[in-house]
Amino acid sequence: MSGLRVIVGCKRVIDYAVKIRVKPDKTGVITDGVKHSMNPFDEIAVEEAVRMKEKKLASEVIAVSCGPIQCQETLRTAMAMGADKSIHVEVDAATYENLQPLHVAKILSKVAQEEKADIVFTGKQAIDDDCNQTGQMVAALLDWPQATFASKIEKANGELTVTREIDGGLETIKVQVPAVLTADLRLNEPRYATLPNIMKAKKKPMAKKKPADYGVDVGPRQSILKVEDPPVRQAGSKLDSVETLVTKLRDAGLVPS
Amino acid sequence: MSGPLKFRVKHLYKTLLHLGKDYPKGYEFFRSRLHASFLRHKDVEDPAEVEALIAKGEYVVKELEALYMLRKYRTLKKRYYDS
Repeated sequence: MSGLRVIVGCKRVIDYAVKIRVKPDKTGVITDGVKHSMNPFDEIAVEEAVRMKEKKLASEVIAVSCGPIQCQETLRTAMAMGADKSIHVEVDAATYENLQPLHVAKILSKVAQEEKADIVFTGKQAIDDDCNQTGQMVAALLDWPQATFASKIEKANGELTVTREIDGGLETIKVQVPAVLTADLRLNEPRYATLPNIMKAKKKPMAKKKPADYGVDVGPRQSILKVEDPPVRQAGSKLDSVETLVTKLRDAGLVPS
Repeated sequence: MSGPLKFRVKHLYKTLLHLGKDYPKGYEFFRSRLHASFLRHKDVEDPAEVEALIAKGEYVVKELEALYMLRKYRTLKKRYYDS
């Protein structure tokens, strides 16, 4: 059963190095004129899929992204890293603000069925909403086994042996393909998309679709009430003697009096 | 300097410029220094010497890629993992 077909979900997020600023009206964060890039966990997923292809485990790697037109840049990066083709599911900017993991999972599962995929691979979570839901929901919708938080993937006898990162250790599980995998941070070190590869990626095919093509209703299921900055850390103070320190600690109930 | 060597130098410069877009101190900071260091060696004609300079440039490319990778990894590790 050589030649697995792998679908990789790639989300376009605000770059990890950018300082996030909340909009003054607290409805979201400022995205205009801010550098965006591929979600780092999705990058790890793309890298692993490409490595599977290089090891001849996978036959084709298809990158999928849902979102506004700029997502095509993200898909180009994925193709520059080695994905064979990509599918851009265009969602306009206004709808995209309310696009939830459930919608993306529905689209991904439909894409997986249409492309006859054997593996759906995503990052474990996106660094913007930190939802950590999409992979799991895809598995539920397709009724496929899931191996989330993968830190090592090996293939043996038509099964995948996946080492997962869990609280306080590692867990090794076996899954049958078709399966849904999500990548953890330590799975691999993603390669850098080099300039010649980005040029070559422009020649690779990119299909443009709409959520309606997959029969997915992208109407909002939730509404955002407000978005706020995390609380600012209180500044410390210098004390002039041990006595004041002890008194302060006692007042705060941190040492027995 | 001509022919394939010239092409390789140009290619190296373009690659470095591309990498510079992600430089933590900004693209302009990187570009001006990159330009200056290429200009410093503009009169080098000896093919062996050019070869050595290209090798040095390719080393810088590798270092930059490693720098970006580590920077991303460390940021994520700090953000999402305790240990």
